[in-house]
Amino acid sequence: MADILAYAETRDGSLRPVAGEVVAAARKLADQLGGQALAVVTGGPGSAESAADLARFGADRILVTEAESLDLYQPDATVEILVSAAESLAPGAILFPASAQGKDLSARVAARLGVALASEVTEIAVEDRAPVVTRPMYGGKAYGRFRFLRSPALISIRPNVFPATVDPREGAMESMPPVDVVPRTRVVAIESAERTALDVREAPVVVAGGRGLQDAANWRLLEDLVEALGDDATLGASRAVVDAGWRPHSEQVGQTGKVVSPNLYFAIGISGAIQHLAGMRTAGVIVAVNKDAEAPIFGVANYGVVGDLFEVLPRLTEEIRAARGSGG
Amino acid sequence: MRSIVCIKRVPDSEARVRVSADGRTIDDSGVKYVMNPYDEYALEEALRLKEEAGEGTVTAITVGPEEARETLRSALAMGADDGVLLRSNGSIDGVAVAQALADEITARDYDLVLFGKQAIDDDNMQVPAMVAQMLSLPCATVVVGLDIEGGVARAKREIEGGHEIVEFDLPGIVAAQKGLNDPRYPSLKGIMAAKRKPMEEKDVALAEPTIELLGLTPPPARAEPQIVGEGPEAVPELVRRLREEAKVL
Repeated sequence: MADILAYAETRDGSLRPVAGEVVAAARKLADQLGGQALAVVTGGPGSAESAADLARFGADRILVTEAESLDLYQPDATVEILVSAAESLAPGAILFPASAQGKDLSARVAARLGVALASEVTEIAVEDRAPVVTRPMYGGKAYGRFRFLRSPALISIRPNVFPATVDPREGAMESMPPVDVVPRTRVVAIESAERTALDVREAPVVVAGGRGLQDAANWRLLEDLVEALGDDATLGASRAVVDAGWRPHSEQVGQTGKVVSPNLYFAIGISGAIQHLAGMRTAGVIVAVNKDAEAPIFGVANYGVVGDLFEVLPRLTEEIRAARGSGG
Repeated sequence: MRSIVCIKRVPDSEARVRVSADGRTIDDSGVKYVMNPYDEYALEEALRLKEEAGEGTVTAITVGPEEARETLRSALAMGADDGVLLRSNGSIDGVAVAQALADEITARDYDLVLFGKQAIDDDNMQVPAMVAQMLSLPCATVVVGLDIEGGVARAKREIEGGHEIVEFDLPGIVAAQKGLNDPRYPSLKGIMAAKRKPMEEKDVALAEPTIELLGLTPPPARAEPQIVGEGPEAVPELVRRLREEAKVL
């Protein structure tokens, strides 16, 4: 009965990886509620072509607004496209990625529609034919379960938590005209990081370092491990080392940094302050290396190695390189 | 520059959070409350803008219980000129809180409204963009750099793998991220002066929420931790378990 809209984010005319997660989550919810999954795509030239891929993740229809002016995220125009889609299609729910763009956009759409938004959701269930969502609060120190009292239910889903399950559907392409607005907020450029690193929130594997590394220069040891782990891996950091200026704050994991849920998390020389544990305890597998056997990080680590990280780390990099090299 | 800074009283990030017996609230016995850490970046930015301009005002506004008076007092000690407490028990619905703030802000004169990018209790990360929509104001969220010249703001906004450069004409809204600046500590003089600064208090009735909290639970338990061994000799066994047991390599 209720159709589900999925906002599939693009950048530079291509879908972002999280788009598949959002559409797959919408597919699943649509099946539970007996409706269709409709992907909404906005972006610059190339977006329509790349949007066709969303059929693979279960989009029944793919609604695309492609315009030169949307090459960069333009909040005012995008809000109008979403609001107009919500008004004409009357969906039961609208799913967004809890990305920088998705969080900005979803809050704006919620205010325009006058309905609540559940942010950073990690679980969507259906009870009494309506979505019930679970989301971490207090930086992950507690989880709240919520139901929506008005429709549509606005939900942003945490990256890396919902699988981008392949479940192909027709994916009928339709074009939606851009909405004419005078932009109040103008995104004029994107400055990319020096290397096209995966964001710490979206990487399947995170190698995070703490004060135990002793010096910013020692980060090359972590970079070696990241390299050995392959393209899925990226760097993270504890608050202490960000505050010390060793690493950029964009890498900080914790309650006052990024809350991450990778498949595999390495905590190297991180003791495990409460605010750090809150930010990474939903990782699939946690590996900790620390010289202090009493460090709180060992309380959440699936696998711990007690020892001097300057001895353990090179060996770990070597063994992982060998393991992956032998067909792993 | 006339700035309004919206702040919130939250449990300290080092606080342990326990769910109360009612299953819907947190047990705040022994919990230390502080100004939301991201709000400190917002307030610091407002103070700097005023100092650079050599004139202006900084008003701190909060929606919260009576105890939030202390949070406002901290803002005044850092250097805000006056404070406004919108007395309420708060709401889990960002729309309701945003509407109360929008109603208060719209009655005031301002060039810039600043927020922390998110409050570390609800972690909603919604209110700044919502207030912007309600007041038809431009807004940049997750801001790590801000330049204002000739009535135009140029903000650097953190996105995955880089930054967006966002421009808008004042008045507008900025939601601050860590890295925007280095917040000052209140001086003794500031703390003394704060006691004499004006603070306005009024009751507000928040709109009925359109979302219902069914329950709060502690985070899901993790598997029993295992110490694989000590020193580099433990590494082959660790890698074996990661491959064969956890299947993550």
